[in-house]
Amino acid sequence: MSDSTGHHASHATHEVHEHIVPVSTYVTIFVSLLILTALTTGMAWVDMGRWNLVVALVIAVCKALLVVLFFMHVKYNKGLSRIALVAAVFWLGLLITFTLSDELTRHWEINPLPWAGAILPMFRHLIF
Amino acid sequence: MSEAATVHDNPTGFSHQFEDLEQQREAGRLGMWVFLATEVLFFGGMFAAYTVYRSLHPMAFDIGSHLLDVRFGATNTAVLICSSLTMALAIRSAQTGKKKGTIIWWLVLTMLLGATFLFLKFRFEWYHDYIEHTIPGFGFHNLPQWGANAPQVQMFMCFYFFMTGLHALHMIVGIGVLAVLTGMAGRGKFTSQYFAPLEISGLYWHFVDIIWIFLFPLLYLAGGRYPH
Repeated sequence: MSDSTGHHASHATHEVHEHIVPVSTYVTIFVSLLILTALTTGMAWVDMGRWNLVVALVIAVCKALLVVLFFMHVKYNKGLSRIALVAAVFWLGLLITFTLSDELTRHWEINPLPWAGAILPMFRHLIF
Repeated sequence: MSEAATVHDNPTGFSHQFEDLEQQREAGRLGMWVFLATEVLFFGGMFAAYTVYRSLHPMAFDIGSHLLDVRFGATNTAVLICSSLTMALAIRSAQTGKKKGTIIWWLVLTMLLGATFLFLKFRFEWYHDYIEHTIPGFGFHNLPQWGANAPQVQMFMCFYFFMTGLHALHMIVGIGVLAVLTGMAGRGKFTSQYFAPLEISGLYWHFVDIIWIFLFPLLYLAGGRYPH
């Protein structure tokens, strides 16, 4: 157990083998997150076409990884909690992938059903 | 058995149904991670809907994004990152057996940063939206240059208010949780052996930070700020 403060967990039977993250690591992650925030904000003023969104999302994923690995201790806790994390990301991926695979492959028609074209405009004022 | 008696008889906070304190903490962590997995999907529905509608109406989402003030979005991102650091340091000060005053200091600082986030959001962003009539519904000001995009601009603002609103709700809950933790710290509940409530609440706090890390570029930076 690495312990930079010199404190020793001393309970005889229930000793906690906890990895204590050095303050310097936390500060490094904190500064990195601030730099990435400044970077992603600055990139909004650079015209990269559709790559703007890609760069913004890549930076967001990097920031989220830093938070998850270091602030949420996933790097140090090799337990079941990782399964919950992987499951969450996997199901989020399913949710978005299958929604988009439906949405983006539909053949949109202007007026697929005659009755819909006649009735739906009557309710337009409720929606917009 | 009263709370005080529990602390007195069992200073480690160990519950007898577990093999040892480490297994107990692992169970607590797993429970919070499973809850956070449900939260990922709770927010995930909104992110999926956002993705679909942004792919259908990219122009309207660019226009809508320009109604938001990047300065406040970026400042609030920094504020939340600061609060994540102070939360991590609160847990660390318990782990390393610091005095309860130190734990309380970091927790109070975390709460103040959370409150700062909400203050900026309510006072300078949502109030501004109210004045400028950019809240969807009756009285939404459509600008003529939006043309046919106007309804979808309103939809972007719906996404903005529901996503940031749900996030703000989570911040309010988080500040409440931190207030309870501060009370527990004041009663000397946390030691270098027992700090599980701090740790799992920290997981929640960091999760809320991560949601904002994605909301900031998706809502404030969509469409860019370069001359179009």
